[in-house]
Parts: sequence; structure tokens; C-alpha cells
Amino acid sequence: MSATDTPKRSMRTPLGRVRNLGAAHSGTSDFWRQRITGVAMTLLMIPVVVIVMMLLGRNQAGAAQILGSLPIAVILLLFIAASAWHMKIGMQVVIEDYVHNEKLKLIAIMLNNFFSVAVALASTYAILKLSSGV
Amino acid sequence: MLGRNKHQKPPMTARIERPLSPHIQTYRWTLTMALSIVHRATGIALYVGTLLLAWWLIAAASGPAAYAHVQAFSGSIIGRLIVFGYTWALMHHMLSGIRHFVWDLGYGFKANEREALTWGALIGGIVLTVLVWIIAYAIGGGR
Repeated sequence: MSATDTPKRSMRTPLGRVRNLGAAHSGTSDFWRQRITGVAMTLLMIPVVVIVMMLLGRNQAGAAQILGSLPIAVILLLFIAASAWHMKIGMQVVIEDYVHNEKLKLIAIMLNNFFSVAVALASTYAILKLSSGV
Repeated sequence: MLGRNKHQKPPMTARIERPLSPHIQTYRWTLTMALSIVHRATGIALYVGTLLLAWWLIAAASGPAAYAHVQAFSGSIIGRLIVFGYTWALMHHMLSGIRHFVWDLGYGFKANEREALTWGALIGGIVLTVLVWIIAYAIGGGR
């Protein structure tokens, strides 16, 4: 829906149309979530690096024991969720900037969603499996 | 516009030739421009790199054989290079992102400020990467 769909009698100014949900009718939620997840990962970076350091040079049994502990599992789950969301939004921005063919763009955005969700779910499943000790 | 008959008015349906905004090649390169592209490039690299992280976690959950495969890869020269590159991409993207948070809050837009922030992200990213790897070798080598 572009500005040309607006009735000619409308008293709304261009600024008024752009405010609130804006031209894309979805608002600035992606912009805001990109910041939330970015801040979250910045805060989690030191704990995550420490966890990776703890795992260096250990065999599977040692790694599984560390990854299965509650605080470490929670930190990694938070990091996985934040990074999957962050990278989904970021890649969508890149696609929207460079892919100009409408159908290709929709396909690329769909694949981006599939990839991000698949990586997030696979990683989450691994952490949960390690936590439950199955 | 070339070849148009000046004495004839273009038909109403004709596409009006308007000046286009100059493309990226026209501008003098600046540090912030180059680092804006690096921010995107590192973001894309990190996106692809999540496959390695997922592989590593799944292998740890699967068993000793699968985990040994990951360790064989990450211990190889190519594996180490990729993980080193991944570390830099992560550290740089984080610091460059913090620079964006500063700008989002409305600070750091003066010429010297934005240059300083950008140099900070560039140098800081390299320093953090080297630091992380020195600690990693000190810890991992001791086990």
C-alpha cells in the first residue's frame, strides 16, 4: 500500500502517515529488537567466552558435563535465542538492500527465516539434551 | 535524453529522466564508510558461522565419536584459521555494534568523535581477538 492509495480528500500529512506504524505498516519493531538482542549479546559475551574457555581441550564427557550444568545452559540458551533473532533481522536488512527482484527477495527472506529458526532449534535441542542427561 | 528531438514535447507517458543520486564509487572513501561495509561483512560471516557452533553443540550432545570429529576439525590448521577469523568477526562486530549504540543515543557524531569510535572498534577488535587466543592457548594447552 503506497501513498497513492490514500484518498485525495485525506487531511493526513505525509508525516502523519509515516508516524506510528510507518510506511511498511509494521513499525520499528525490527529496529528495536535488533538493539535489544545486540545489547543482550554484548552483556552475555564475557560469560560465553568464559564458557568456551572452560571447554577447551576437554573430551566429550568433560564438555557434556559442563554444558549440562544449569547456569551454563541458561547463559547459552539466552545467547542462542538472542543471536538467532539478531541474525535473522540483520540478514533480512541485507536481503532487502541488495535483492531487488520481488519474488527472489521473498524466497530469500523465507530461507533466511528457515535457516535462523533451524540453527536456533538445533542448538537449543542440543543444550536441552545435555541438560537432561539423555 | 540523448537523441531526443528538442522541438517535440515528450509524450505524457514517457519516463522523465531525473538526476540520480551518485553511486558509491563517486564518493571519496572514508573510514566510517569502509567500516560500515566491514560491519555487514562480519555480520554475514557470523551468520554462516553459527553452523559451526550448532555442529559443535550437537556433537557434544551426540557422543564421543561426533565430538572427536569437531575437535579434529577445530584442531586442524584450516579449522584454527576459521575459528580465529570467527573470533575476530565476533569481537569486531560487537565493538562496532557498541559504536552504533552510541550513535543511536545521539552521541559521537562530530568528525573526530566518529573517527575515534571507528578506530576504537577496529583496533579493539584485533586486540580482543589476540587476547582471547593467548588466554585460550594458555588454558587449552595446559589440559
